[in-house]
Amino acid sequence: MTKSNLSANVSLQRKIVNVLMTILVLVAVVLALVPLILILGDVFVKGAPAMSLDFLINRPTAPNLPGGGIAPAIEGSFVMVGLATLISIPIGVGAGIFFSEWSTSKLSTVSGFMNDVLTGFPTMVIGLFVFILIVLTTKTYSAFAGGVALSFIMTPIIARTTSESLKLVPTTLREASMALGIPRWKTILRIVLGTGKNGLLTGILLAIARASGETAPLLFTAATSTLFIKNLMQPTASITILIYYYALSSVPSWISQAWGAALLLIIIMLSLNLFVKLVIGRSLTEARME
Amino acid sequence: MTTKIRRQIRNEDYEDPLTSKHRFSAAKLETKNLRARFGKVEVLRGINLRFPENSVTAIMGPSGCGKTTLIRCLNRIHELTPGAKVEGEVILDGINIYSPKVDPVAIRKRIGMVFQKPNPFPTMSIFDNTVAGLKLNGVRDKKKIVASAEKSLRMAFLWDEVKDDLKKPGTALSGGQQQRLCIARALAVEPEIILMDEPCSALDPVATAKVEESIVALKKDFTIIIVTHNMQQAARISDFTAFMYLGQLIEFGETSEVFEKPENELTEKYITGKFG
Repeated sequence: MTKSNLSANVSLQRKIVNVLMTILVLVAVVLALVPLILILGDVFVKGAPAMSLDFLINRPTAPNLPGGGIAPAIEGSFVMVGLATLISIPIGVGAGIFFSEWSTSKLSTVSGFMNDVLTGFPTMVIGLFVFILIVLTTKTYSAFAGGVALSFIMTPIIARTTSESLKLVPTTLREASMALGIPRWKTILRIVLGTGKNGLLTGILLAIARASGETAPLLFTAATSTLFIKNLMQPTASITILIYYYALSSVPSWISQAWGAALLLIIIMLSLNLFVKLVIGRSLTEARME
Repeated sequence: MTTKIRRQIRNEDYEDPLTSKHRFSAAKLETKNLRARFGKVEVLRGINLRFPENSVTAIMGPSGCGKTTLIRCLNRIHELTPGAKVEGEVILDGINIYSPKVDPVAIRKRIGMVFQKPNPFPTMSIFDNTVAGLKLNGVRDKKKIVASAEKSLRMAFLWDEVKDDLKKPGTALSGGQQQRLCIARALAVEPEIILMDEPCSALDPVATAKVEESIVALKKDFTIIIVTHNMQQAARISDFTAFMYLGQLIEFGETSEVFEKPENELTEKYITGKFG
């Protein structure tokens, strides 16, 4: 058997397999991307006409009156996600530090596992839990209850991403710091958190993006409203709940505004994700290159 | 041969350590029956060593003999590794640093360390790296910090190369410069003893020569303990040499004696390259 014969046979068979596999992979990619593109395209086409300054800064008007907007819902979403972020960052980052820096302790392993369970917890259940915990006790739907419910979703995400990014910080840096006579708590706060801060920021932004798109936790906690926020203890509108009610209504102008709100939500989430990818991702690669 | 090389490295105010004070100088640091383990594996099996003040002591031995573990026990870094345990005593100026009354954080300020791979803090500039130990230990006096940065970088023979780039990240330096930055960082805390764990193993010969130059200059003010498996390096820079094998101290003595007429057969075999 000569060398050229051998290679000729193999290359024919290999070419066929190669072409077949490439086609299969491409088909899979198209199947995965088509729904996403259809959703984005549909939302853009139907939502864009609703977009206007009035839409962004006005209160809702009565059905089919012109000039109504969704400003209270935008405000409500920002306030509740902001409140949830304020609650989740200290708890989530603290738990993440515990998972990463005390990773050999049993409590850390067990609570880390519970944290992962909570990450995938049905959001409806979280909403009902906060309903019982806060809404029934305070006897009112409120932005406060909504924020707490969203923080149940954000905290485990932040805890996990914090612990994963701190685990990437080399042990030698911790040792270098400890060897300088820097106490452990300061080593963790200044050296470990400082080195892993891009990962932390990524986790926090992704958690914010996730919370901004949640509906179920707000349904029984913040409910909805057509008014701007006067205090945190009153029913509060949010973009997602507004989409839910408007889309189910039979008022044409509301349905059109639901599309607009959906577009706004997608733009917010896309820009958060893009920011993470482009800005933080780039500075991460730069740090590694050095 | 060793003396000759030493003369080449040093400047005029050369003083032969082997003939004068060191033979009688007090031990700065001493280990008494020091044992260390990782889980069930005993890595150090009872080490008794005296490290003389203002001198360079080299710890040599084949891979896995416990030399790195030994120096990591000397500043209580070993115990930070999960599953690591230490028994026995390490005595610094008459005080056992493993006594329950002693704060390991305070000990680490007195006993600095330079690691095998250069490990500057990646988020900090050259300047901030140098004075990280001061700043994070609460020193606020700006003048003192600036003065300390220059002094430490000069002592590490790095000042002339970085004085115009102090704001650049520490990780932008070459490997050899990074290692001297790490030496400067350890010096800024003003320790009495500096531990070095194979500080040149990741460096090329030119960078190694520069680090060695700074080590030799430093022993005037510090007690230096350096782990190396480069025998030429031990011969070039150390006053005393300890040879370890399988977690035990085989031989300790003045470097020239250990190299020229080793007492133990194992030491001789190692030095002549028959094993290791």
